[in-house]
Amino acid sequence: MSMGKALPHDAAPLHVTGQARYIDDLSVANALHLAFGLSTVAHGEITGIDLSAVRAAPGVVAVLSAEDLPEMPDCSPSAEDEPLLAVGRVHYVGQPVFLVIADSHLAARKAARLGKISYRELPALLTVDEALAADSRFEGGPVIWAKGDAAGAISAAPQVVEGSFEVGGQEHFYLEGQVAAAIPQEGGDMVVHSSTQHPTEVQHKVAHALHLPMSAVRVEVRRMGGGFGGKESQGNALAIACAVAARRTGRPCRMRYDRDDDMVITGKRHDLRILYRAGVDEQGRILGLEFTHLFRCGWSQDLSLPVADRAMLHADNCYHLPHVRIESHRLKTNTCSATAYRGFGGPQGMVGIERVLDHVAFVVGREPLEVRRANFYRGMAAPGGASPPGPPEDISAKMKGGSEEVDLTSRGAALPVGSHDLPADGAVQTTPYHMPVEDFIGHELVAELERTSDYRARKAEIAAWNAGSPVLKRGIALTPVKFGISFTLTWLNQAGALVHVYQDGSIALNHGGTEMGQGLFQKVAQVTASVFGLDVGKVKITATDTGKVPNTSATAASSGSDLNGMAAKAAAETIRARLAEFIAEKHQAEPSAVTFVDGTVRVADAVYEWEKVVAWAYQARVSLSSTGYYATPKIVWDRVKGTGRPFFYFAYSAAVTEVVIDRLTGENRVLRADLLHDTGTSLNPAIDIGQIEGAYVQGVGWLTTEELVWDGKGRLATHAPSTYKIPACSDRPRDFRVKLWGKPNREDSVGKSKAVGEPPFMLGISALYALSDAVAACGDGGVYPALDAPATAERVLMAVRRVEGV
Amino acid sequence: MSVAFLLNGTPVRVAGEAPTRTLLEFLREDRGLSGTKEGCNEGDCGACTVMVTDAEGSRALNACILFLPQLHGKAVRTVEGIAGPSGEMHPVQAAMVSQHGSQCGFCTPGFVVSMAVAHLNGDRVHDDALAGNLCRCTGYAPIVRAAEVAAGEPVPEWMRTDRAAVAAFAAGEAGAFRPEGSDELAEWYLAHPEAVLVAGATDVGLWVTKQLRELAPVAFLGGVKDLQAIEVQGGQLHVGTGVTIAALREAVKERIPSFGEMLRRFASAQVRNAATIGGNIANGSPIGDGPPALIALGATLHLRRGDEMRSIPLEDFFLEYRKQDRRTGEFVAGVSFPEQAPALRCYKVSKRFDQDISAVCGCFNVTVEGGVATAARIAFGGMAGVPKRALAAEAALLGMAWSEATVEAAAAAMAGDFTPLSDMRASAGYRMLTAQNLLRRYFHELNGVGVSVLEVLP
Repeated sequence: MSMGKALPHDAAPLHVTGQARYIDDLSVANALHLAFGLSTVAHGEITGIDLSAVRAAPGVVAVLSAEDLPEMPDCSPSAEDEPLLAVGRVHYVGQPVFLVIADSHLAARKAARLGKISYRELPALLTVDEALAADSRFEGGPVIWAKGDAAGAISAAPQVVEGSFEVGGQEHFYLEGQVAAAIPQEGGDMVVHSSTQHPTEVQHKVAHALHLPMSAVRVEVRRMGGGFGGKESQGNALAIACAVAARRTGRPCRMRYDRDDDMVITGKRHDLRILYRAGVDEQGRILGLEFTHLFRCGWSQDLSLPVADRAMLHADNCYHLPHVRIESHRLKTNTCSATAYRGFGGPQGMVGIERVLDHVAFVVGREPLEVRRANFYRGMAAPGGASPPGPPEDISAKMKGGSEEVDLTSRGAALPVGSHDLPADGAVQTTPYHMPVEDFIGHELVAELERTSDYRARKAEIAAWNAGSPVLKRGIALTPVKFGISFTLTWLNQAGALVHVYQDGSIALNHGGTEMGQGLFQKVAQVTASVFGLDVGKVKITATDTGKVPNTSATAASSGSDLNGMAAKAAAETIRARLAEFIAEKHQAEPSAVTFVDGTVRVADAVYEWEKVVAWAYQARVSLSSTGYYATPKIVWDRVKGTGRPFFYFAYSAAVTEVVIDRLTGENRVLRADLLHDTGTSLNPAIDIGQIEGAYVQGVGWLTTEELVWDGKGRLATHAPSTYKIPACSDRPRDFRVKLWGKPNREDSVGKSKAVGEPPFMLGISALYALSDAVAACGDGGVYPALDAPATAERVLMAVRRVEGV
Repeated sequence: MSVAFLLNGTPVRVAGEAPTRTLLEFLREDRGLSGTKEGCNEGDCGACTVMVTDAEGSRALNACILFLPQLHGKAVRTVEGIAGPSGEMHPVQAAMVSQHGSQCGFCTPGFVVSMAVAHLNGDRVHDDALAGNLCRCTGYAPIVRAAEVAAGEPVPEWMRTDRAAVAAFAAGEAGAFRPEGSDELAEWYLAHPEAVLVAGATDVGLWVTKQLRELAPVAFLGGVKDLQAIEVQGGQLHVGTGVTIAALREAVKERIPSFGEMLRRFASAQVRNAATIGGNIANGSPIGDGPPALIALGATLHLRRGDEMRSIPLEDFFLEYRKQDRRTGEFVAGVSFPEQAPALRCYKVSKRFDQDISAVCGCFNVTVEGGVATAARIAFGGMAGVPKRALAAEAALLGMAWSEATVEAAAAAMAGDFTPLSDMRASAGYRMLTAQNLLRRYFHELNGVGVSVLEVLP
């Protein structure tokens, strides 16, 4: 059984020897190279474009601007608001204005600097405050989802905790930058190689740009050098540019962004401001909560609406919020268009509620983990046993045993002071979007991590250590994660696969998912091999190809192995059923009596080699190829109302992070991290642990050193790794302990596993609150640290000054 | 230009190229060696790391900012040459597979080369060896596990062949100007004062790859061996301009540990192996890291113009932002400083600990005798347009009792020393406060109080 084995990444031997091919490594004869000329102002009307020097530059074959493309191709994944090249106006610094086609990458880059573009500058909206004041936004107004009566619950609460919290964005910094190549085919068809998480969308956009049916465009992706959401939509422009240039020149065209261009042109994780107001009881239980999310979306819509939705969908995290109102503003600004990034808004929503919990714990003076736990959803694993203790007076006010919560205030009843809206035993609590939380394992998982990380003893030891250390202070925090798995755009929850068994018994596997390092191909190959009882080595992994499996969804939302694993399993099972029927017939047995084990096919007392059975089946004219298809069940979602079941299931996790800070400089580092993560029954524990470790470090980076800085003119000042600092080797925790929860998914997912791409990213949030804990240790408990993100040394020092009362 | 070097064991001769053609371009475009990747094209990510061997040994370098003439007479080994001649994996490659050290695989060739070089050189401080290789997928833990596993394996025979081959290799004359001694350099530079002098190219490389500048004429200083020596004489270290930061670090790490520790965090292994102290000074960066420490040490700078030599206090070299006291045709020949400085402490504050440019770099060297501060040199990078002494703060210390009150007075005085700027690394307010606090840190540290987050163990 190859499923569940801790096998290395399928391409690891190619990675380490330099043989793994990425798009820029492909040898393409007679190719031309492209580069964009970029806008230098954040908002302006183009009053003149002089490209004579560009055209005259050495090696330049052609130069295109808006006037050369009367029908400007669109690059947007959503609102058709992203012209390939600026038409009339520019909307951010770095927007492509013209396209250079030259005989080398360097010649194209050099020529692109020679364009003379004049602008009539217009007022630029760079911040959420400016955008709010100008009412510059996507959608008509804010999206508001509510459950119960938050304002009433807050005003009736014993205490109100409120604040405002800035959360920075994040550059993907995939090591392989954006890259594409287009190779013209006979009859006007186009083959495109694109470093994209979404080949079908590239196919669609290229077909649209060239006025071709989708069937005339084939997009291939063998692998990406990292994606993280940054290649869900941001590769479209390069693929379209290559296709347009290839069509015009009749020659293959390729394009890669230089790193600085990549960082300036492409979108990043959304930054935002979160305003919060919570009504709490003396124990720190949240009785009512209001959030306002101010998302800075940039100049075009891109994926901002579903990103901001997902932030709202994760504004509860693991906490039951009986009365809650979330108001989400999607603000349009003259900055690069913020886009998908691992977690897709989930981290932004979650870091907000964790801030509330941290702040509440400080205000009520209780241990933060206890406050978190007191707010957890009711445990469902063991009804009645795992639920948190609630105040007895609340119980009588609730409907017993019902599946719907009773909302007292909405019926005009006064909210009982201290109410925590705990349902009776067996009742299911619901999220702010009214989805029942049926699978909550937070209590058990956090209890286990608390024990294995030695949280309590360490907390005490840290307090003692801090008392004797005037300059350095340590801090510790435990934060949990509940992350919803499924695309919130329901139709995306489908996948296809194609499995061929060749007459020698070898197998070719293809599916709609893309490989960006996450080990998807190996996991799906393991699933496929397991269906046939074979070693995974029998399965040849092939490049994602829109000509083989059509109409695919982006490899995103952590859904890759859930969707494609199931589709490949279905395809393999179809072929297996045919083989079983064929062999059963020979033995006058039932097909269900045929088993596929260890490279053999067994029926009655007979044991046949797999290869032999395949050869016989071929000669007997049994079809050895099949497609497979999967659509995620149970999902119902009304985005406008904010109600339904957007997620098939939740993935759970928790982390304890310990840090040390320097109160004189704010310098800080992670000392130890203990992670406990629920991947259901893992399809490949080695790959899952790799995802968890990597996601954690990336999440810590988001909240600590990774600071994006724009200047007052809307220019990105941090456009290279010299100024934008992702974690380096020594930034990983000195002591790094990662464990899998190891219990099967209660839903019928592939192999009872759970998605793992995004959920562990949010374990990095524990580092932010460990820093907050260390900062608090610099004061006398009178002032909350109110640490914004990213918590650079500078922000930590400013927070230290606040708690010191300086 | 005509350049000859060994590439994965095979001699190659390149002629007719621009002297600023990078090795990375040459490998990928001309040789089809696509294992070496372009990640950032500025020496900050390490995806293009190659091994370069000469008579002194093997080291990791960034191919993206390495010009072909810098390789003349040397041996280059790319990821394709790290596996054995019959395709057997190097121990670091096998360990990267077994320990799950690759995910997307794009940074992996660079890691493999850095790890193989460290393995060859017996360097087991993996965090330092790998500080110049960025990985976005793994969180580094499995890569370090792989390095630890491989450390127990012997160095494969083929990894040692470059050293012998390069000694036997007759590279011949390089077409590009590549002086073999300081006299030749001095004479030529006097005649070509507009030339760009290229030592490690860790900064000049970016003029080419990012600013897309055409440089001419260019002289490559790698062959000027007489300026690459470190001598100890009369209690002073005399360091030639062409000494790499890596070599300088080796020379000072026992003698002046705090300076050595700062140089450990100077850029990355790949950059330290290429960059020279002369380049670091002559470049005139307001941050620099080398100059603040050297100024605090009371270093003397040696300049040469033709046959004329002069020596000045290092701090006098930096006149204003990117303007130095360097005459036409004059170049930095070397720097001298005391070989011991027990009171010196160098503090580098940056967003990230490794491979980052300082927001503030403060270096303190205060002599306390009988409880009184009798001498003080305090120098900062990142606080002004040039590396600069905190003269007012020094004055507030001199002759005073070494006490908290004195330190507070000096910290207050420091406000008059600098008017720092705000930029993407830090705000002006943070810089000022941190500079003052570093003086407080210095006081705490000399009193035995723990002040370094890097020294706290979990």
